[in-house]
Amino acid sequence: MPYRAEKPGQRPSADELRARIPGWGADLDPKDRPAVPKERFDPAASGAHWDFPERQPEKWPRERSIEHQTLPPVFGTSAPPKGLSGALRKLAYRKYSEGRAAHWLILIAADRVDAVESHLRSFATLRPDNPITETGVLSEFSNKGLSSRTGSKRADVNHQWLDPVIVAGPWLLAGGAAVAILRTLTNRRR
Amino acid sequence: MVYRGPYKVRVEEKDMPAIEHPNDAIVKVQRAAICGSDLHLYHGMMPGTRVGMTFGHEFIGVVEQVGPSVQNLKPGDRVMVPFNVYCGSCYFCARGLYSNCHNVNPNATAVGGIYGYSHTCGGYDGGQAEFVRVPFADVGPSIIPDGIDDDDALLMTDALATGYFGAQLGDIVEGDTVAVFGAGPVGLFAAKSAWLMGAGRVIVIDHLEYRLEKARSFAHAETVNFAEHDDVVVHMKKTTDYLGADVAIDAVGAEADGNFLQHVTGAKLKLQGGSPVALNWAIDSVRKGGTISVMGAYGPIFSAVKFGDAVNKGLTLRMNQCPVKRQWPRLFEHIRNGYLKPSDIITHRIPLEHIAEGYHIFSAKLDNCIKPVIVPNAG
Ligand SMILES: NC(=O)c1ccc[n+]([C@@H]2O[C@H](COP(=O)([O-])OP(=O)(O)OC[C@H]3O[C@@H](n4cnc5c(N)ncnc54)[C@H](O)[C@@H]3O)[C@@H](O)[C@H]2O)c1
Ligand SMILES: [Zn+2]
Ligand SMILES: [Zn+2]
Repeated sequence: MPYRAEKPGQRPSADELRARIPGWGADLDPKDRPAVPKERFDPAASGAHWDFPERQPEKWPRERSIEHQTLPPVFGTSAPPKGLSGALRKLAYRKYSEGRAAHWLILIAADRVDAVESHLRSFATLRPDNPITETGVLSEFSNKGLSSRTGSKRADVNHQWLDPVIVAGPWLLAGGAAVAILRTLTNRRR
Repeated sequence: MVYRGPYKVRVEEKDMPAIEHPNDAIVKVQRAAICGSDLHLYHGMMPGTRVGMTFGHEFIGVVEQVGPSVQNLKPGDRVMVPFNVYCGSCYFCARGLYSNCHNVNPNATAVGGIYGYSHTCGGYDGGQAEFVRVPFADVGPSIIPDGIDDDDALLMTDALATGYFGAQLGDIVEGDTVAVFGAGPVGLFAAKSAWLMGAGRVIVIDHLEYRLEKARSFAHAETVNFAEHDDVVVHMKKTTDYLGADVAIDAVGAEADGNFLQHVTGAKLKLQGGSPVALNWAIDSVRKGGTISVMGAYGPIFSAVKFGDAVNKGLTLRMNQCPVKRQWPRLFEHIRNGYLKPSDIITHRIPLEHIAEGYHIFSAKLDNCIKPVIVPNAG
């Protein structure tokens, strides 16, 4: 079809659509759309009965983005930084703004270190990490692992084999490192 | 539940959350859900996801305890809690941008606060647990209104509100052709909502046949399985008389499939802030002068987005985390009128003790899973 000014193609009429689809056109008028306009100045609408919130006590030095002037009044207190990963995190926050790739790359590295540290730490507890139960991989057997992936084309099957590598990778690396360390130690003794 | 490192979660006894601020409440969770966003954490993609954190930003429950300054809630109230943590009084909250609050996230200024969504979103523990701390109890939560059932209320805390918001950011006008990338909960709700705004055609793209089936039956949409096309962009052109769709909605985000290199560098190796395959398809499938609404989440590291095409085509790109509570009054009306029945997409109910299996099933897309609901104390 040559390119012309009118919108091409046959379209169902508003009445046909209304008959087929419950609620068709209920929000046709942008005035009925709650997200329009994007910004609507109405400080009373939120239910806040403060001008500025009271400050939550800071129980440990809370790491914060250097793009903030001061510590915001309210914040989460999950998982305070600890160990080597904690030191890395504090460095990323202290030194680099969110605008810097280094900030995020250090945080991602800290996440990986945190996982290894936590696995190692778990071996000193009554509940060591268990990759079988924690990955939920047994649901492959109870919830149609095979038939879910066969029968129709799925684009994710070509990389799902990487998942176990990502899970097992750090363990293999840690195991390898442990063997290497033991070797050097025993060699040195000789 | 707590996160133990990529692809690993487990149930642990933690201390009972405490009131840390006078406007806090503690909520006893009745139902929670796993969201596509949680998968980005679970796969270790989001910087600042610490071992020991409890995930979960979609939950409803009963108020257990309130701080001294709380006026609107009391113990025993049944509440639905939007996924945003927000103060209600900062520059952004005063303008309705609740997802962009400036007073709740020390760790980053580019994002507001989100329950159970890494330290980059404020370091709050989430609701896939028995109890959760809810800051700004007078601002975020609402008492679940009569006539709204628990599952519908649960889905309004994120997925439904986000899909509805995504359709609104598309600035749809009557008769528009709307392409929705992703047939997960967000995409299904976006497709359904596009009709409310007057769309003339709604086309949903995914590679999971069972989800496309849901897009046809639940969202009355036409569907495209991109795994069956060499080049989905060409297919989208063909089906729109070679102009392209008027509006495209990205309801996929950082772990998009369809391009092995992009997926592996973005989602697996974390060399990018995510795999922008779906976003690039949206940019290339939409018509010149069209609008793209991005609901899919991306990490804070740069991604290989086809920006030149967006410039040359004169596209409007709109996006945000959803300011959830702003959507509620209108969504309540749509539910009461029978236009929306959010709980139709729930496929699995999983006791909190089996959360690890829940994550695996949802992540690997097993057993026709679309939306898993977590039930604490299912006993
Ligand atoms: N902006 C917000 O406020 C907000 C809120 C909730 C969720 N999200 C984001 O929205 C996205 C979707 O969430 P969900 O819960 O529906 O997740 P989901 O994982 O269930 O759905 C994603 C769907 O996209 C499909 N998909 C993968 N690659 C694709 C491609 N190239 N083209 C088309 N489809 C593709 C997948 O098969 C899957 O069905 C996530 O990125 C999530 O983080 C954003
Ligand atoms: Zn979510
Ligand atoms: Zn605010």
